[in-house]
Amino acid sequence: MTIPSLIKGKSEIVHGGGGPIPIVLSTRIRLARNLRGLPFPGWAKVAQKCEILAHASDTLGDVHSLKSAKFFNIEKLSDTEKHILVERHLISRELSESNHSAGVLVGRNQACSIMVNEEDHLRIQLLRNGFELDKAWRSIDTLDTKMEGRFDYAFCDELGYLTACPTNLGTGMRASVMMHLPGLFISNQMERVIRAVNQLGMVVRGLFGEGSDAIGSIFQISNQHTLGESEKEILARLSKVLLEIVKHECNARLLLVESDRLKLMDKIGRGFGVLCNSHLLNSKESMSLLSLMRFAVDLGMLPEENRALIDRLFMESQPGHVQIRLTGDSGSGERDFYRASLLRKAFSGLPELNFDILLDQDFVKLFPEGL
Amino acid sequence: MAKNIKCNSCDNPATVHLTQIVNNQIHKVDLCEKCAKDKGVADPGGFSISDMFSGELDSSPGNENELTCSACGFTHADFRRNGRFGCATCYLSFETILEETLEGMHSGTHHRGKVPQVMLGRLKNQVKIERVERSLNDAVAAENYEAAARFRDQLSSLRAEEQSRSSLHSNQ
Repeated sequence: MTIPSLIKGKSEIVHGGGGPIPIVLSTRIRLARNLRGLPFPGWAKVAQKCEILAHASDTLGDVHSLKSAKFFNIEKLSDTEKHILVERHLISRELSESNHSAGVLVGRNQACSIMVNEEDHLRIQLLRNGFELDKAWRSIDTLDTKMEGRFDYAFCDELGYLTACPTNLGTGMRASVMMHLPGLFISNQMERVIRAVNQLGMVVRGLFGEGSDAIGSIFQISNQHTLGESEKEILARLSKVLLEIVKHECNARLLLVESDRLKLMDKIGRGFGVLCNSHLLNSKESMSLLSLMRFAVDLGMLPEENRALIDRLFMESQPGHVQIRLTGDSGSGERDFYRASLLRKAFSGLPELNFDILLDQDFVKLFPEGL
Repeated sequence: MAKNIKCNSCDNPATVHLTQIVNNQIHKVDLCEKCAKDKGVADPGGFSISDMFSGELDSSPGNENELTCSACGFTHADFRRNGRFGCATCYLSFETILEETLEGMHSGTHHRGKVPQVMLGRLKNQVKIERVERSLNDAVAAENYEAAARFRDQLSSLRAEEQSRSSLHSNQ
């Protein structure tokens, strides 16, 4: 498996589960694990990090369920390839910036990835399409148990799994759910939501985690605390908060349609126009336009079958994914041109927006039926 | 190691750097924009470093320098600078400051989640094997062949147990 084949191959985040749904895009759980008796990557000497990387890549190869996984040494990847792994949420930005002795194992369907020598020796991650906290936990728990058969983890009864940063101590678990919240974003309610969620011990971040912007109305909501509660208790609490956010998002959407209908129709209409006609689009603008189109599908203005296409374009119009289609050292101008052509072609082939549906719609339909 | 200076309050990159003199000691604080705003750093009159690190400034800097991890040489100052520890043993070496560090950071200070039973069982078995190996060598040296035979049988059953454990977990 190479990076280009990764792009062509099936990926859990785009193709997985029961298909795409409104509001909750994907679920991710990661576990931080360290090896007993070795300094954490941030404090280890280069030789120790090399040793950890070699030990981890060898030992992971012995874990049966990871047999078809592929190991990438970060040092050997080009900048574009690293970007692609970040954009597919298989590695963190921090790992992509490490200069030596770091790697990632990418599992089949890109649902599982294990980073080596990020902040902790091992960062196990499991991705699922849609809202699947329980399923994701079961899978990652099983994998982690298999790995303990091979790795000596740093663990103590009182403090749990010992991590480089005390903010991950205990379970070492960060569960996050990617949500598409155009209703709350357009009606300027996100700040209020973020504050309320913070008070409940949860964190809201942008599309690419820590320090990233809320591009395309996409937010990641995750647990802040990792110690003092069991994994299941943390997941149950997170789940409750998420359902609450879904409710608020539905209300915000209803309100937009009820009181700002013309503005909303205009916004989506213009967005569609730009996608069908523009010749230069940067990634930020394309993300916010694609977010509007996903919203249009939720509202019934575009047929449901186009949702998967829009989700795929979200991925394919990101800088790394565009760059790899171009030759050599193309600049941002060429990328913007390529991106605009890609989107123009895709959207010119779609049916016209159905504005009537907003004029005589039974608003209750906006609520997703279950998650 | 992190290239950028991290916010002392969260993990984001620090953009606000403030120096204040408290009790004739220079104290520096690095914050991200959000934490700086939250803590009122934008209004210099209303902000004091000693309020922010009330607990930590009480101990004299001399004592802080002495707090060093026996296993990896990581110091308290290193921890203050990047908010991460050097190795797992640091949790033991810095036990005295751990409670105040963890307080407010999590829902509790005791682990209540998953326990790696498979690994603990495996490690326990390894310790047993080493013990029996030693006994076997001692028995052979003392020419006590009856005991040696007993230890050899014990050893082979412990090794068989370990074998089955590892194949069970690699083939599932």
